[in-house]
Amino acid sequence: MSQKLFFVAPPPKVDPARLFGKLIVIEGLDSSGRTTQVSLLSDWLEQQGFAVIQTGLKRSELVSESLEQAKKGNVLSPRTISLFYATDFYDQLENRIIPSLKAGFVVIADRYIYTLMARDILRGADKEWLKILYSRAIIPDAVFFLNVDCNALLDRTLQSRGRLDYWESGMDIGCAREWYDSFMIYQQNMRMEFRKLHKEYHFNVINGNRTQKTINTELKKKVEQLLEK
Amino acid sequence: MKNEKNGEEIKGKLIAVEGLDGSGKSTQIHLLYKWLFGNGYKVFFTEWNSSDLVKESTKKAKKRQLLTPTTFSLIHATDFTDRYERQILPMLKAGYIVLCDRYIFTSYARDQVRGCDPDWLRNIYQYVILPDIVFYFQLPLEVSLSRILDGRPALKYFEAGMDMNLSPDPYMSFRLFQGRVKEQYELMVEEFHFTVIQAELLILQQQEKMKEIVKSKINLSLYKKGVM
Repeated sequence: MSQKLFFVAPPPKVDPARLFGKLIVIEGLDSSGRTTQVSLLSDWLEQQGFAVIQTGLKRSELVSESLEQAKKGNVLSPRTISLFYATDFYDQLENRIIPSLKAGFVVIADRYIYTLMARDILRGADKEWLKILYSRAIIPDAVFFLNVDCNALLDRTLQSRGRLDYWESGMDIGCAREWYDSFMIYQQNMRMEFRKLHKEYHFNVINGNRTQKTINTELKKKVEQLLEK
Repeated sequence: MKNEKNGEEIKGKLIAVEGLDGSGKSTQIHLLYKWLFGNGYKVFFTEWNSSDLVKESTKKAKKRQLLTPTTFSLIHATDFTDRYERQILPMLKAGYIVLCDRYIFTSYARDQVRGCDPDWLRNIYQYVILPDIVFYFQLPLEVSLSRILDGRPALKYFEAGMDMNLSPDPYMSFRLFQGRVKEQYELMVEEFHFTVIQAELLILQQQEKMKEIVKSKINLSLYKKGVM
């Protein structure tokens, strides 16, 4: 069972028959505890003897720097940002995820195309357009969605950083004049988008309102089952 | 021209030139620009691959030779979209004649040769307005090759199609790559109603022909400066 499936087809020059590793995606809204779970899971897997590599969004060598700069200036149109992120995604897919899977690694992705799609849909992108854009991506072996309610997200954001972030509050869309209101509306809308995506892509939903440890225990159990297959 | 996505009327006109390197298209669009500008028309000129914001990434990426067919295509699409939404579309809506040195057909041709799926490519640019006129500069492959290669220039990695492993020799690789790109262009002539210009004609003759076609397809009097 090493053959990986792609949403429609692999990118040019990629042979799907030689991808032996596993691709595990952790999805969730901002401050839902994803990053903590990714690192706990990686540590645990490595202790079990699995070679692990982590990936995420905006980490490609190719464009992450320019993308960061562009976001600071808030000068790019939503569609340009979409394509910039798609470039970043495929750069990591082809230069990091695929080579790692070939080498038999467990790849843990801190977010995947689902966050990219949800964000872009809220900014007016056409869903079909996005689906074709990302149709060359690998279908993950599992997608865990950390489901946290918005009040808890707000709490965690404020506690860890002491302020709200421009993009996480959807200020670029103009949901509301007040940052607080905008944050709540934006995160609610993101949750709704994820719920729709869940219907289509069948995430493994994890109740993220519990303690880190409880969540981690559940994740480990599920990942264990996956790796035994 | 209508923007079919939202049925909105667009006052401006869009003219693009396409063709192989060495086909003379940049010279011709430059002359056309001079003619329109000099005669007092509202005209704007833009080139493929020239958005300030994305230029840095593109340059860096090409130097590092790390681009795959997919990321090569996407990084150009990002660049194009930035220019399209910031310049081309506003200019068209404001009633300008917009001249483009290369348009989406460059991506269709090159990226398809690199192995990208044609439907995937067309989806990326699905939101884009098609030009009123596409001048395609057609000439025998050998002629365009010799125009570029006779000076033995230093060919860039991607320009020569070296990423496709067609040949370890950059000059041979360039020949093979350009040959395939030409095939793709020829296939698009009908699909996108290209206006074919015989690029072996004298520069002056080609230019006269282009002006004639522009005059017959566009009511230029609507685009005089000062006319709303």
